[in-house]
Amino acid sequence: MTLDLVPIWTTILAAAVFFYVALDGFDLGVGMLHNFAPDRDARELVMNSIVPIWDGNETWLVLGSIGLFAAFPVAFAIIIPAVYFPILLMLLALIFRGLAFEFRYRNAEHRTFWDHGFAAGSGLAAFAQGVVLGSFIQGFHVEGRQFIGGSFDCFTPFSVFCGIALMFGYGLLGAGWLVIKTEGALQDWARALGRWCLIGTVVAIGIVSLWTPLTNAHIAARWFSWPHIAFLAPVPLITAGLVLYAWWSLNDRSEYAPFVAGLGLFVMSYLGIAISLWPMIVPGHFTLYQAAASPSTQAFLLLGTLFLLPVILSYTAWSYWVFRGKVRADIGYH
Amino acid sequence: MHLDPEFLSRIQFAWVIGWHILLPAFTIGLASFIAFLEGAYALTKRAVFLNLSQFWLRIFAISFGMGVVTGIVMPFQFGTNWSRFSDVAGNIISPLLAYEGLMAFFLESTFLGVLLFGRKLVPPSMHFVAAVLVAGGTVLSAFWILATNSWMQTPVGYEMIDGRFFPKDWFEIVFSPSFPYRFMHTVSAFYVTTAFVVLGVGAYTVRRGQSLAEGRMMLRLALWFLAIFVPAQMVLGDLHGLNTLEHQPAKLAAMEGLWDGGRGVPASIIGWPDQAAERNVAEIAIPHLGSLYLTHSWNGEVKGLKDFPPDQRAPVAVVYFSFRIMVGIALLMVAVVLAGFVLMARRRLDETRWYLVLCQFTTCLGFIAVIAGWTTTEVGRQPWTVYGLMRTAESVSPSLTGANVLFSLLLYIAVYLIIYPVGLSVMLRLVWRGPAASDDDAPVVSGRPKSPIEALASATAETTR
Repeated sequence: MTLDLVPIWTTILAAAVFFYVALDGFDLGVGMLHNFAPDRDARELVMNSIVPIWDGNETWLVLGSIGLFAAFPVAFAIIIPAVYFPILLMLLALIFRGLAFEFRYRNAEHRTFWDHGFAAGSGLAAFAQGVVLGSFIQGFHVEGRQFIGGSFDCFTPFSVFCGIALMFGYGLLGAGWLVIKTEGALQDWARALGRWCLIGTVVAIGIVSLWTPLTNAHIAARWFSWPHIAFLAPVPLITAGLVLYAWWSLNDRSEYAPFVAGLGLFVMSYLGIAISLWPMIVPGHFTLYQAAASPSTQAFLLLGTLFLLPVILSYTAWSYWVFRGKVRADIGYH
Repeated sequence: MHLDPEFLSRIQFAWVIGWHILLPAFTIGLASFIAFLEGAYALTKRAVFLNLSQFWLRIFAISFGMGVVTGIVMPFQFGTNWSRFSDVAGNIISPLLAYEGLMAFFLESTFLGVLLFGRKLVPPSMHFVAAVLVAGGTVLSAFWILATNSWMQTPVGYEMIDGRFFPKDWFEIVFSPSFPYRFMHTVSAFYVTTAFVVLGVGAYTVRRGQSLAEGRMMLRLALWFLAIFVPAQMVLGDLHGLNTLEHQPAKLAAMEGLWDGGRGVPASIIGWPDQAAERNVAEIAIPHLGSLYLTHSWNGEVKGLKDFPPDQRAPVAVVYFSFRIMVGIALLMVAVVLAGFVLMARRRLDETRWYLVLCQFTTCLGFIAVIAGWTTTEVGRQPWTVYGLMRTAESVSPSLTGANVLFSLLLYIAVYLIIYPVGLSVMLRLVWRGPAASDDDAPVVSGRPKSPIEALASATAETTR
């Protein structure tokens, strides 16, 4: 009898995906908002607020994807080809964005081009991730152990709407981050943008919540049946509270609250999706246990992960600690 | 025209990995070179080593960043285009790939920061240790990727249950029969590749007449290194070939362009392998030589392509020519190194203009050889993804149409054709500015995150100012 590692890997994977969404979410958001900054100096400050951490944030995307592959290989083999084009867009956007960031300092004569590339790449990556999420909620056309639908099936009105929704959500996180990192007029600008993103996010969450049970009958049955409704009921209530808190904090002088409230909204949405789909990893087809890798595979990888992951985590935490405080024009990171 | 999703997916994989592999091919060697320079500086305290280390670190930072970004694409390829392979072999290859990812990020988030930004913060000996750990980490990354690849070439340590691979013995899986040879041959190839870049940049620096001390040092370090590693690489290649003969005879026959096996087989020097006619057109061959270097005996037995059914043969011409390009470059490398030593013996190395110009042209030799070698081993594995067990045609994602893959391939081509030239021009600009340029007039790195160690360094600089 070997130890059951599926709960551990589920936790690791869920944490990796959430870290990715929370961390890269805000720097993709900052990337999108960057283009709306009032002037060149403001743009530099906005950029400097994410210089030290943005590519560490992308670490979690790789850990999330290879974690999915290693812990639940059949889910990886079904989901990834099903979202072929959103993944392609996301990867190209991330490459372009990453190198635009690198080159804007090195290739200064084309800085405006790279800045636009950075903003467009951020927006496209956020949109593509939203489409992936939307098509995941909708479910895939599976036969046996393979996806057999078409490569464009993932682009539905629902998933495209989820893409736009995630752009607003990331924008909200980005604005929250900028409120923490800036001061004065620039902070007021970030608060104003944050309010627009919050309105967009709230409308989007509302529409997605109404649309989800209409697009997926399993989820509808789950939401509106006892006892699930008891688990689910607090989610919209807490979400409503968080929205009010976010709105109040964006108008108030509170500096950390907008970011925290934004993160709270993401936690609630994440929980809502998890409760709706549990215990499925390929909605409608494979549960976590059915999709799990062989116990030997899980154990072999866990050995190294338990050593390496805490180091990566603590180093990440340390980076954020070192870079706490406001970004100012006179102390650039460069 | 019929668009075949399998063929286009192969082209796409070749495209993204071909561009990606150029960066590890350079950074793995460069990390070790920097570790050597740091060690030499810690021991001798000569400024030339410090200047060189700082110069190459600037270039290292950019190529490492490009390597990370283009590397993110790779694991997704297994899912998007090769989902059936991911399902069938996932239990075995996924943890190996995951270890590479964990290792790379572990490394990036720790010792790389000390190496890039910690010069003022830690003593030279600690800086040297950081450099060694970064170099070791890059080699470990290669270890896991090549372990994955070697298992696909020479699969062992598994059992088949319901048509899928399950792990039985992880030690056997990681150290599969072709792994030790592939690992040594590949890492050594990366070292040689980097040494030729150092040689070319050294030659350029000397020819320009600025930073002469650094340029001369680069020329000599590269030549001495290559004098050992180019011959060693040829021996390793021979050993790897013998391993291929034992475990993947069909691939070896394609490399040799050998249709009829038997005893005392000839060595094909050059010709045109005609896959349909099962013979080589316009061939120059030397009798018995094939047996001699493959089996190290005059009448040794070697299997030919006709010993395998036609549907188990690789595309012979591709393997045949890429192998010859690799070997041809090795011979060219020997000639360049020999000429360098003749000039060094006559004390005319730094003044012989034609040779310095030649060295500049040889900067790209290693990269071409790496691509050619990779093509030999990967196309030579065809028509299998897992050699002898799982066909490439059975590995591709069933949902893809040819048009889908053509579209994604064109987008990958477009984006890579923008970022690589820009990246190259940014690095060339650093070379143009030369080793003497001080660290202060330009950021060491830009898009790279400024790590906590760097923040500490600048904070320390602030307070001590």
